[in-house]
Amino acid sequence: MTYLDHAATTPVLPEVLAAMTEQLARVGNASSLHASGRAARRVAEQSRERLAEALGARPSEVLFTGGGTESDNLAVKGLFWARRAAGTQRRRLVVSPAEHHAVLDSVEWLVKHDGAEVTWLPVEPSGRIRPEALAEALGDGRDVAVASVMWANNEIGTVSDIAALAATAHAVGVPLHTDAVQAVGQVPVDFGASGVDALTMTGHKLGGPMGAGALLLRRDAECTPLLHGGGQERDVRSGTLDVAAIVGLAVATVTAVGRREERAEQVGALRDRLVRGVTAEVPDARLNGAPLDDVLAGGPGRLPGNAHLSFPGAEGDALLMLLDARGIECSTGSACSAGVARPSHVLLAVGADGERARSSLRFSLGHTSTDSDVDAVLEVIGPVVERARRAGLGRR
Amino acid sequence: MRVLAAMSGGVDSAVAAALAVDAGHDVTGVHLALSQDRQTLRSGSRGCCSVEDSHDARRVADELGIPFYVWDLAERFTEDVVDDFVAEYAAGRTPNPCLRCNERIKFSAVLDRALSLGFDAVVTGHHARLAGGELRRSVDAAKDQSYVLGVLTPEQLAAAWFPLGGMTKDRVREIAAERGFAVATKPDSHDICFIPDGDTRGFLARRLGSLPGPVVDASTGATVGEHDGAYGFTVGQRKGLGVTAGDSRPRYVLGIEPVSRTVTIGTADLAVVDEVRTAVPTWTGAAPALPGRFEVQLRAHGTPVACEVTAGDGGLRIALAQPQRGVAPGQSAVLYEPDAVRGDRVVGQAAVADAR
Repeated sequence: MTYLDHAATTPVLPEVLAAMTEQLARVGNASSLHASGRAARRVAEQSRERLAEALGARPSEVLFTGGGTESDNLAVKGLFWARRAAGTQRRRLVVSPAEHHAVLDSVEWLVKHDGAEVTWLPVEPSGRIRPEALAEALGDGRDVAVASVMWANNEIGTVSDIAALAATAHAVGVPLHTDAVQAVGQVPVDFGASGVDALTMTGHKLGGPMGAGALLLRRDAECTPLLHGGGQERDVRSGTLDVAAIVGLAVATVTAVGRREERAEQVGALRDRLVRGVTAEVPDARLNGAPLDDVLAGGPGRLPGNAHLSFPGAEGDALLMLLDARGIECSTGSACSAGVARPSHVLLAVGADGERARSSLRFSLGHTSTDSDVDAVLEVIGPVVERARRAGLGRR
Repeated sequence: MRVLAAMSGGVDSAVAAALAVDAGHDVTGVHLALSQDRQTLRSGSRGCCSVEDSHDARRVADELGIPFYVWDLAERFTEDVVDDFVAEYAAGRTPNPCLRCNERIKFSAVLDRALSLGFDAVVTGHHARLAGGELRRSVDAAKDQSYVLGVLTPEQLAAAWFPLGGMTKDRVREIAAERGFAVATKPDSHDICFIPDGDTRGFLARRLGSLPGPVVDASTGATVGEHDGAYGFTVGQRKGLGVTAGDSRPRYVLGIEPVSRTVTIGTADLAVVDEVRTAVPTWTGAAPALPGRFEVQLRAHGTPVACEVTAGDGGLRIALAQPQRGVAPGQSAVLYEPDAVRGDRVVGQAAVADAR
């Protein structure tokens, strides 16, 4: 099996598995006052501290959640509600159209049900959001509740300069949320230094468990809760702490961040070989997103594990199926709940036409990727693309 | 053999896929997304293309351990089946959308794509027998679907596989239950999949709007009423005419004239025909020698009638041994060669152009 879909989820790290297994064998609600509860609380708080340290945050800024989707919903809706409550003229959201659906659909829900308005940011052909574009969309910022721009795009891997964007937003008094689900562990992420007000991250994209994530939220950021109950997590996110998942999340984050530089070099080299090899086999294949060696503010401008390519004349879902049949697992990007492949909204946002958007594949490499994975793709990609091209999708 | 199993989410296609796996083939499941509005959950299990059905199909594929994908054919289905359905009614004809879907979607767009992707055959849960290139009725007369497959050509049949033709529907459900498929007890779908509430007239009214015209009684030539759209009528229809003619004898729709939008009605004696003329036929195998004697079925679940078929005017002239009521232009006249042992063989079909 050649697993090249790390942007969807990653294999659990052995140290995560060990730490979680140990924790699962214990009893104790971190909110209980007795010895078992105190022990659970201690483990959860140690995890909070370790995770905070790895990401340049203070422990009190870490809110554990059920994952990236919850964190995005909490940030977008919670910041919107709190900011509008403090100033009723703040009804506008300023958002990139290339965001993950957890952000987009939260925004659209607020527009449809809660009187919000949205300004969609222009996206560079590379997928990047420029501070100038944000500044223009914010205007004087008086009517803006919150802005949201992802740190790195989940489909095409483009990184934006989040520190510059945060400074731009703050210049007109607007808080910035960033979805850093793909960025953490792949590119340097320092919450405090970036200046953002809220940051979404999740465990299963970096070797941790599914269903465990965090929203890093500045102490001075007002955020209305989505989940009401026992008042855990600063009263912003109620719910019994899932201590085993939190331990797994923290171990994964600390490990991934600690090995980031070394890993990025390895994974980046494999990715470069993959892209060069594929374009040698299929000369008209086109790389989407920023160039492989793109540099942004002294760091990588593209996720080292991301290879997103369009194969003109071939349908992405035919390519995926043919590769799957040959033991190679990758992704076409978005699919609706019924599993219908849709042209990627990210590619459409960067100005690709529907045809190019439908003809694309995402290979995402990660901590288990090897040279033989790359070899496996290069061995079959030529004939697979050729076959897919012969098989249009019943289109005329 | 590499086989593509078209999986609707119903019990028939689930069992067909399972039988293909049992037979040792390399099977891949595909659900066809045919509805433009995927998120609209249909009521109950009706409608062959709801999100719920896609999930049901996926559940079965996962249990079988076969790859499963959703193919989006909504655009083609809309053009080739739904729009065609509306246009046919607008032209005063009565189409069969299932037959059109088999002709243009399942055994054309899907089959073509499957073959180009390297598959050898497409397996479906249709109730019909297919062996040695000969298409025959299912052993389960009540569930037989050979009528809606009658439009297939030898090339299409060569790459098709219908493993359920030799068993009853009850047996299909038993197999599904034995395997623990949740769809074992899923109700049969009876409606046209894109009209899940069964209100064809309402659907057409939304698409075509109000197109009023007269209802004329054939025996007197008198206008006996008005209608909102001739598309609401089918030749042979008795109920829901919304008019009362002079006497109390039941009236039937005799004909629909789309330009003047005239719906002609008449008494039972006028509603019967014994000769049918058709458009150009298609054959499931080599074209038969004509004139010839066959049985003809004039609508889905209709009773077959003995007939003599001659070639004429580019189409067929079908002389019926017993007069029939409700032979509507646009319907398919499917010809069978009776065979009590192996099942009646489908010879071919042609669309009814005119009946008298």
